[in-house]
Amino acid sequence: MWKKLTKCIREYKRATVLTLVFIVGEAVAETLIPFITARLVNQIKAGMEMRQLLLMGLILAGLAVVSLCCGGAAGLTCAKASAGFAKNLRHDLFHSIEGFAFENIDRFSPASLVTRMTTDVNNVQLAYMMIIRTAVRCPLMLIFSVVMAYVMGGVLATAFVVVIPVLTVGLILIGKSALPAFNRVFKKYDRLNESIEENVRGMRVVKGFAREPYEKKKFGAAAMDICKDFTRAERIVALDTPLMQICLYFNMIFVLVVGSRMAITGGGQTVDVGQISAMLTYGFQILMSLMMLAMVYVILTISAESIRRIGEVLSEQPLLTDPDDPIATVENGSVDFDGVSFKYSGTAKKYALSDIDLHIASGETVGIIGGTGTGKTTLLQLILRLYDVTKGCVRVGGVDVRQYGLEPLRSAVAMVLQKNELFSGTVRENLRWGNPDATDDELIEACKLAQAHDFVMSFSDGYDTKIEQGGTNVSGGQKQRLCIARALLKKPKILILDDSTSAVDTKTDACIRAGFKSYIPETTKIIVAQRISSVQDADKIAVMDGGRIVAVGDHETLLRECAIYREIYEQQTSGGETDAEE
Amino acid sequence: MPKNKAKRGGLLRVLRMLCGFYPVLVPVTVFCILFSAAASAIPAVFIQKVLAVIEAWQETGDWAAASADIFPKIFILAGLYTLSMLAITAQTQLMAYMTQGFLTKTRQRMFDGMQSLPIRFFDTHKHGDIMSYYTNDIDALRELVSQALPSLLQSATVVLCVLGIMLYYSIPMTLVLLLGVAAMLLVSKKVGGGSARFFIRQQTAMGKVEGFAQEMMNGQKVVKVFCHEDAAERDFDAVNTALYDDSRRAHAYANTLGPIIMNIGNILYVIIAVAGGVFLLSGMPNVSLSGLPFSISILVPFLNMTKQFTGNINQFSQQINAIVMGLAGATRIFSLMDEPPEVDDGYVTLVNVTESADGTLCESEKRTGRWAWRHPHSDGSVTYTPLAGDVRLTDVNFAYEKGKDVLHGVTVYAEPGQKVAFVGATGAGKTTITNLINRFYDIADGKVRYDGININKIKKADLRRSLGIVLQDTNLFTGTVMDNIRYGRLDATDAECVKAAKLAGADDFIGRLPKGYETPLVNNGANLSQGQRQLIAIARAAVADPPVMILDEATSSIDTRTEAIVQRGMDKLMEGRTVFVIAHRLSTVRNADVIMVLDHGSIIERGDHRALIAQKGVYYQLYTGAFELE
Repeated sequence: MWKKLTKCIREYKRATVLTLVFIVGEAVAETLIPFITARLVNQIKAGMEMRQLLLMGLILAGLAVVSLCCGGAAGLTCAKASAGFAKNLRHDLFHSIEGFAFENIDRFSPASLVTRMTTDVNNVQLAYMMIIRTAVRCPLMLIFSVVMAYVMGGVLATAFVVVIPVLTVGLILIGKSALPAFNRVFKKYDRLNESIEENVRGMRVVKGFAREPYEKKKFGAAAMDICKDFTRAERIVALDTPLMQICLYFNMIFVLVVGSRMAITGGGQTVDVGQISAMLTYGFQILMSLMMLAMVYVILTISAESIRRIGEVLSEQPLLTDPDDPIATVENGSVDFDGVSFKYSGTAKKYALSDIDLHIASGETVGIIGGTGTGKTTLLQLILRLYDVTKGCVRVGGVDVRQYGLEPLRSAVAMVLQKNELFSGTVRENLRWGNPDATDDELIEACKLAQAHDFVMSFSDGYDTKIEQGGTNVSGGQKQRLCIARALLKKPKILILDDSTSAVDTKTDACIRAGFKSYIPETTKIIVAQRISSVQDADKIAVMDGGRIVAVGDHETLLRECAIYREIYEQQTSGGETDAEE
Repeated sequence: MPKNKAKRGGLLRVLRMLCGFYPVLVPVTVFCILFSAAASAIPAVFIQKVLAVIEAWQETGDWAAASADIFPKIFILAGLYTLSMLAITAQTQLMAYMTQGFLTKTRQRMFDGMQSLPIRFFDTHKHGDIMSYYTNDIDALRELVSQALPSLLQSATVVLCVLGIMLYYSIPMTLVLLLGVAAMLLVSKKVGGGSARFFIRQQTAMGKVEGFAQEMMNGQKVVKVFCHEDAAERDFDAVNTALYDDSRRAHAYANTLGPIIMNIGNILYVIIAVAGGVFLLSGMPNVSLSGLPFSISILVPFLNMTKQFTGNINQFSQQINAIVMGLAGATRIFSLMDEPPEVDDGYVTLVNVTESADGTLCESEKRTGRWAWRHPHSDGSVTYTPLAGDVRLTDVNFAYEKGKDVLHGVTVYAEPGQKVAFVGATGAGKTTITNLINRFYDIADGKVRYDGININKIKKADLRRSLGIVLQDTNLFTGTVMDNIRYGRLDATDAECVKAAKLAGADDFIGRLPKGYETPLVNNGANLSQGQRQLIAIARAAVADPPVMILDEATSSIDTRTEAIVQRGMDKLMEGRTVFVIAHRLSTVRNADVIMVLDHGSIIERGDHRALIAQKGVYYQLYTGAFELE
C-alpha cells in the first residue's frame, strides 16, 4: 500500500529532494545565527573595533540571506512537490477506478470515492508537506540547537536535560489521550453532517409533516452531544500551550540564575552576557521544534485514515481482465446462455440467477419480462461481461465472452442501462460517447431512429444544447431516447435495452421498435420492459421469476401457457374495465 | 470599498455573537490573553536588570553580594511567570470551551433558521452548496474564532508592550527597528494577500474536480459500457492539473511568507546589533523615556525584544489566510441566517374536539380522534369547524418566477372522500397544484379553501398536519424502519405503526428484513429497493391518518405486478379520505372520481374515466398511447 502511495511522487522526486536540501541549509543557517550573535554581543561588550563589528554584522546578514533563500526556495519546492504528489494521487485514483469492474464498483459508493479523491487526498497533501518540511526541519533544529547550546553554554545547557524530557513526555501524554477522543468525535461529526444533508434532501417531508420542531430538537441533541465530546478533546489539546510555556519559563529562570552566577564568578571567561542571551534563543528554538514535532505527529495520525482509504482504492484489483490471448472481433450477434448460474459475491447464499438456458440467434428480437428483483438486469449484464458467470457460460457470436478482449466485446454490444446517465456537455458531445468520430449525419440518423431528433431540434440550440450535470434539464423520456441514440451510434451487433423506454409513451415506443425492425434488422435486440406492449411483437419473450426463466415463447403461446405472463398482461390491459365495473 | 465594509461588518457580527453567547467569559478570556501577552513582554525588563547587575559585579566577581541584588528580581519574575501560567491555562481552556460552544450555537441557529425557510429556498439552492455552509464555512469560522482572533489579540498586545519597553530604553534604536517592521508589514500584505487569493482559487478548482469526479462516479457504469475510460481520464487530468496549479501557487505563497518575515527579522536583528555596537563605540548620547544611558545591558534585552517583535509579526502574518477565509465563511453563514423565513400569518389552528349532546363542539386537551378548526374572530368569539377534508381551488394563478405563469385559472373542487387525479405532461403544473394546497408556495391570485376556510388563515403547521403527502422521491431518515413510519405521527404506538404498514402492504417485506421493524436504515434507505422505500413512505403517511392525502407519483417505482398487490392497500388507505393523485401510469388513476387533464397550466378536460374516454379528447389519446406523457 505504501509502495502504491510513494509511487505517486514520480516527477516530483526532484522537488522533494531539493526541499530536503534547502531545509537543511535553512536549519544550519538558522542555528548559526545565535551562535555568531553571542560572539558579537560579547565583543561589543568587550569594546571592539568598528571594522570588526561591521565584519561580524556582514557575516550575520549573509547567514540571514542564506536562511532566507533556502527557506524561501524550500517553500516553493515543497509547494510544488506536495501539490504535485496530490495531483498524481488523484490521477492514480481516477485511473484505478476507471479500471474497475462492476463488481469493484459495487463495493464503493460513488460518494465515498469522491471523498477519497478530494478530502482524503487533501489530508495526505498536507501531511506530505509537513513531512518534507517540518518533520525534517524540526529534528535538525533540535539537534543543532542542543549541540550549539552545549558548545557555547556548557553547564547552562543542562536546563535542557530537564526541559526536553518533560515537554516530550507531556506532549506524548496529551497526544495519547486526545487522539482517540478526536477520532471518535470526527466520526460523530461526519454523522451530524450526514443528518443535515438528510434533512435538506427530505425538506418536503419535514415540512409536509410539520416536523420542523422535531428536527430542531433532534439536531440540537446531536449537536450538543458532539459539542461536549469536542470540548473535552480540545481541552486536552489546549494543555499544550501552558506546558510549553512552563518549560520556556523554567529555562529562562535557570539560565538567568545560573548564568549570572557563572558570569560573575567566572569573570566572563566561560559564560558572558552574549551566551546568556543566546541560550534564551536556543531554548526557544528547541521548545518550538518539539511543539512542531508534536503537531506533525497529530497531522500524521489524522491522515493515517486517509492514507488507508486511498490505499484501499489503489490496491483494489480489477476483477475482470482481458484474457491472455484475446479475440478481437465478434463474428455475429448470437447470444447463448448455457446452464448459467450467478451470484453477486462468493459469500452470497442466494443465487441471483440459476440454471439459465437461453439461445438467441443473430438478428432476433427478444423480450424479457418479469417483476423487479427477478434477475432481468443481472442476466443482461453477463452478455457484456460486466460480471463473470459463477457457473456455466455465456457465448456471444458462438465464443465464450471470457475469451474476448473487453473493449471489442463492449463495442459490439451496446447496452442502454436502466439507470441512464447523461453527462454535462452538449447533446452532440453526449451522443459522441457512442462513437467519437460520428458525423453530424450519423448523429441525426441515430436520433431519428430513437425518436429524439424532433425534440432536440425544438431546443433553441439544437444539437449544441447544453445538458446539465445528471441530465436534469431534459425530461425522463427525452433522456431515455438520447441514451438509446447514443447506444445506436456504436453500430452494435447486439443492442440491449434495459427498461429503457419506461418514460416514453407507448406510441413513440412503438415507433422506436418499428425503426429498429426496418433500419437495423441484422442487429440482435434484447428488450427488457415492464410494459407488455413493448415486447409483445418480439420473436420470443422470456419470462423471469426468482432468478430463473420460467417460460419462453411468443406472445400468444405465453398468454396461453404462462400464468405469470397472463397476470401481468391482464393487470395492464383490462384493469381499467374491472375498476369501472366495481 | 463596499466589500471591505461587508467584511468588517462580518467581523463585528462574529464578535457580537460571541459576546452575546458568553457575556462573562469573553471579557475574562480577553483579560487573560492581555495579561499573559503582557507578561511575556515584561521579562525583557528583568533581563536588562539582571544583566546590569552582572555588569556591575563582574569586576569584583563577588557572587554573594550580587545574588542579594539578583534574587529579589528573579523572585518577582518567577511570581509574574506563575500568574502568567495561570492566565494562559485559563485562557486556552476557556477558548477551547467557547469555540466549541460558539460553533455549536451557530450551527444550531443556522439549522433552526433553515427549518423555517420556504421550500423555494431548497428548490433554488443546490444541496451541495447548502451543505458547504455546515462544513467548509463552519471550519473556516472555527479557524477564525479559535486561532486567528486570539492570536491577533495576543500579537498586538505583545507588540505594543514591547514597543513601550523599547521606547523606555532607547528611542533611536526603536526607530531603527520600526523601519524594518514597516518592510515586514509590506511583505505580509503582498505575500499574505497573494496566498489568500490563491487559496480561494484553489477552493474553486477543488469544487470543479469534485463536481467532475461526482458525475463520473455516478455514471461509472455508463463509462464502462461505452469503454469511455480513456476519454474520461483525459478530461479528469485537465481539471486535476488546473487544481494543481492553483494549489501549488497558494502553498508557495503561504510557505515562503514565514521564511521571508523571519529572515527580515534576522537581518533586523543584525542591524540592531551593529547599530547598538556603533552607538556604544561612538558613545552617542541615548534618548529614551527612562533616561538610562546606552549600555550593553540595554542592548541585549533590546536584541531579544527584536526577536519577540518579529516573531509576533510573523505569527500575525500566518493568520492572514485564516482571517480572509474565515471572514468569507462568516459572510456566507450570515447570508444563510439572514434568509427571510417562510411567512405564516395563520391563526386558525387544528384542535381535538368532543361533540356534546346538542351537537356543539368542545375543545379537548386529550386526543379524541376528532378534529376541528379553531377559528378565532376579530370580535373575540371563537368558532369550531369540523375537519372534513373539503378542498376547493378557485381561479388560481401561480408563477414560480415573475412573468412565467405555471397555472392559469385553475379551479378544482374536491369533496370529502373524493379521489381527484391529475394527468398531464411534465411541467403541466400537476405538482404545482399540490405545492399550493399545502402552501409550500403561496398562490398569486385566486383562492384556496379548506373546509371553507381560506388556507392563508390556517397556521401552516396545522394545515400540513391535516394533509398527508407521499412523494415520488422517497426520503427516509437514519433510524429504524419503525422510526421512519412513526415520523408520520410521533405519538403513534408500535401497534399503530405496524397497522399502517399492513395497510400500505409494506408489512410483508418488512417482516423479511433481517431485524424486521427494528432494521436500521442508513443513507436514505440504501439497503432497500426504490419500491420498498415508497411502501414505507406510504405507511408513514398512513400512520398520520390525515383527512386529505396527496400522492405524487407515489407508486411510480413499484413495478406493475407489485403495484397490483399494493393497490388493495392503497385503496383501503384512500377510503374515506380526500385524495389528490398524480400518476404517470394511467392505470393508477382510472378509478378516480374525477380526473383533471392539465396542459400548460390549464385544466383542459375533467370528468371520470368513462366520461373522458367517451369524450375522445386528449385523455382518450393519452390512454390509447397516441400522446406522450412526460
